[in-house]
Amino acid sequence: MYSVNYHRAASVADAAKLLKNGDAKLLSGGMTLIPAMKTRLAAPSDLVDVSRLKDLQGVKVSGKTVTIGAATTHYDVSTDEKLKKACPALAHMASLIGDPAVRYKGTIGGSIANNDPAADYPAALLALGATIITNKREIAADKFFKGLFETALKEGEIVTAVSFTAPAKAAYQKFRNPASRYAIVGVFVAKGKDGVRAAVTGAGEDGVFRSKEIEAALAKSFDASALDGLKVPAKGLMSDIHASADYRASLIAVMARRAVAAANA
Amino acid sequence: MSDVSLTVNGKRVSGSAEDRTLLVHFLREHLGLTGTHVGCDTSQCGACVVHVDGRAVKSCTMLAVQASGSTIVTIEGLANGAELHPVQAAFKEHHGLQCGFCTPGMIMTATDMIARHPEGLDEATVRTELEGNICRCTGYHNIVKAILAASQTMAKGSKGKAKQAA
Repeated sequence: MYSVNYHRAASVADAAKLLKNGDAKLLSGGMTLIPAMKTRLAAPSDLVDVSRLKDLQGVKVSGKTVTIGAATTHYDVSTDEKLKKACPALAHMASLIGDPAVRYKGTIGGSIANNDPAADYPAALLALGATIITNKREIAADKFFKGLFETALKEGEIVTAVSFTAPAKAAYQKFRNPASRYAIVGVFVAKGKDGVRAAVTGAGEDGVFRSKEIEAALAKSFDASALDGLKVPAKGLMSDIHASADYRASLIAVMARRAVAAANA
Repeated sequence: MSDVSLTVNGKRVSGSAEDRTLLVHFLREHLGLTGTHVGCDTSQCGACVVHVDGRAVKSCTMLAVQASGSTIVTIEGLANGAELHPVQAAFKEHHGLQCGFCTPGMIMTATDMIARHPEGLDEATVRTELEGNICRCTGYHNIVKAILAASQTMAKGSKGKAKQAA
């Protein structure tokens, strides 16, 4: 790892100030950033640690509105009793990220700001129609996830929370790479007051995306059988040593069927 | 350079380290606690797992300065004098180690896992929860056996204590 200056932010405003140092980066759980720094794929001059800010931690449920602080760890999301009642699918999804040690450190804000094309949270937030709250504005998930490791966040902007309306039904299913355990395909389906949304991670050449085909089929009937014979186009899907675009397309339909079955169970 | 203050295995320690120093290197090189191992250096193998504020994390994926102010337990802090911790005793009893390199991380992960599952553990849960710990000797079978046995011993122990308290 190259030399770096560490700062522990005292508040979000303090973090925003500290971010103006050189080529500073925010540090939350560090589960992606620190490994990237160790291999010198990332070399920020300064790190601004926001992981201990109490304002950024915890899950709040008020009626149907769920708000999760950006520095809430995957473990805390997966075990939150209020969330397990309001949106068990998201708690379950968080329990599938990485391994137990990673879930203790990694955070929801870090995951979405990084927007790894195989990360789980982007699919969940896109399907839930979530709002991403920053220190400057609110951004709809539909406009937040821009591409591979790319988001709508501007220089110096800090994700502080995410918020969404709890869906009537939802579930997430993923097909893991047997070695890395990252999603080759992950599908999050949610049936809310504005209809059905289905988001796919791990497969798109431009990162997470909504599947029009799945949403159209499920709008007619939110049942796994509605997806029988569904063909998902392979265009725009990744092909790599792990899976071809055609195989990913096929897996999307399978994971979607499993997710709908789980949501209805 | 930053000052790093920690409570490690019940003792307050402090030192000065470069900001880029990983917690595992601080423990091993500044404090001489070489029980915590560096296996893969890519955050995958779990040989470096220690407890930071009660949570089992990979000390190769955390800066020492990030941990400053925290309470840390390493493999050296588990035994009570000459008396092994129940998880250590179970690894010995069930031959849960071959070369032993992954063992500190396995044991720190196992104690955390058992604490999170007071209702008890089954084999499938143990295997799933060991996802972040790699045994290059592939000795998982006896590691799983040892964790299951320790979980039962500790459940009995805590029930005994509950009775005494009552």
